[in-house]
Amino acid sequence: MPSQSIQPIDITEYILELIRRTSTDLPSDVEAALVQARATETPDSPADHTLGIILTNVALARQKGTPICQDTGTPIFYVDYPTGWSTIALRQQIETAVATATGQSLLRPNAVETLSGKNTGNNLGTGLPSIYFQEWAEAYLRIRLLLKGGGSENVGTQYSLPDTNLGAGRDLAGVRRCVLHSIHSAQGRGCSPGVLGVCIGGDRGQGYSEAKRQLLRPLSDRNPNPELAALEERLLREGNMLEIGPMGFGGKTSILGVKIGVLHRLPASYFVTIAYMCWAYRRRQFVYRGEGVAEYA
Amino acid sequence: MRELHVPLSEAEVRALRAGDMVSLSGTIITARDAAHKYMVEQLIAGRATSADAELHAQLQAALRNGAIFHCGPVMEQVSTQWRVVAAGPTTSSREEDYEDQVIAHFGVRAIIGKGGMGERTRAACQKYGAVYLHAVGGAAAVLARNIPEVTGVWKLDLGVPEAMWQLRVVNMQLMVTIDAHGHSWHEDIAAASADKLQQLLQNG
Repeated sequence: MPSQSIQPIDITEYILELIRRTSTDLPSDVEAALVQARATETPDSPADHTLGIILTNVALARQKGTPICQDTGTPIFYVDYPTGWSTIALRQQIETAVATATGQSLLRPNAVETLSGKNTGNNLGTGLPSIYFQEWAEAYLRIRLLLKGGGSENVGTQYSLPDTNLGAGRDLAGVRRCVLHSIHSAQGRGCSPGVLGVCIGGDRGQGYSEAKRQLLRPLSDRNPNPELAALEERLLREGNMLEIGPMGFGGKTSILGVKIGVLHRLPASYFVTIAYMCWAYRRRQFVYRGEGVAEYA
Repeated sequence: MRELHVPLSEAEVRALRAGDMVSLSGTIITARDAAHKYMVEQLIAGRATSADAELHAQLQAALRNGAIFHCGPVMEQVSTQWRVVAAGPTTSSREEDYEDQVIAHFGVRAIIGKGGMGERTRAACQKYGAVYLHAVGGAAAVLARNIPEVTGVWKLDLGVPEAMWQLRVVNMQLMVTIDAHGHSWHEDIAAASADKLQQLLQNG
């Protein structure tokens, strides 16, 4: 495979276009889920009204090419690259594209020096943007991007099982209790209706990384593990029975999906980690197979 | 849908009830984390320099019967004029430690944000005659359309998201979720959903 890999080129322009699409154009599966959710709500209720504003906003941002949400969040890049590409060069190109997108008002300047409070003005800083590189055996390059807002990031949480207060033991019944508890704790503060990325296992740091990685899955996909697929469906149904509703105003739609991944763990540890993604679920990708053409999705 | 125009009177604010939908117009001021910290720890605490004193007076005039918007917008500058590109609400609970003092000191009548606020803000709304108005989080393109003009900016040294922007807004669609009668919509939903959570946990 490596001998057939596409030749490295400068892909800054493709990354900039990826950022533009991600910030301004909500994926169709998420939009369809919001449309479907609205149909279940009582006409003229706060939930109906809120979903109406959300859908108008999605259409307007797309039409005008402006950010869906002013909090353009943490840019999280997942780069799968063929053998022969330099991650040093790719990182520079990503940073250039991020700074350019900030100058074009596609991203809000969001990188704040933690101790001084000073904003760097271009979204670049220590640990920003967040980039995960993975060399793979494919001949082409793929870059996936999540823009994850701060409000939703703040309601993410991690449980260490057993959790006596929750009555959550080290099994899927315990995982269920944690996830339901987290949906209730978040109320509307993560900008519901959101999507939950869940990781069972791993260490504390890996738990959050994997929980976010689950958010790369399309809403309609089915977990290959039948037990987890059943749990995802059950939690989607039960999460909505809490009737927290869009923005926490009450209603039938509190979440749009639950996606669960599993990592190995130490004998001593059993973490359940939850990453909450707001309804402004900005997730896009492109693949580059050579010949100057990037395919966006 | 009830129409509200800033400046707001105490009587019209006290007439609102949690659950009311309102359409707000007039000039509002953005303030989020750093701005609240500044207002409380420098201006209200009386540790202001002479430059701060001037801003303090301007803020007192702008916020008396006025509205604060918890928002860090995306802005664009064309020559010397600023324009709002995207401007949804940010999570309000982070300002809970400050907001009651800001309401009391400046005479603010409306706090606009998302996610609701806590007991201290609810008590301040009741005591001084103010309301919390909930905007739809993430609806930044729709809200930007409701902001035809940026009339000024203070504290731009805090960075674009944290600066205090003066915005002229037209027909901003909001819901009253904390009223001046001590009623919080958020507490109702939290309590009702807690009951449902207990039922689900008992059955499985």
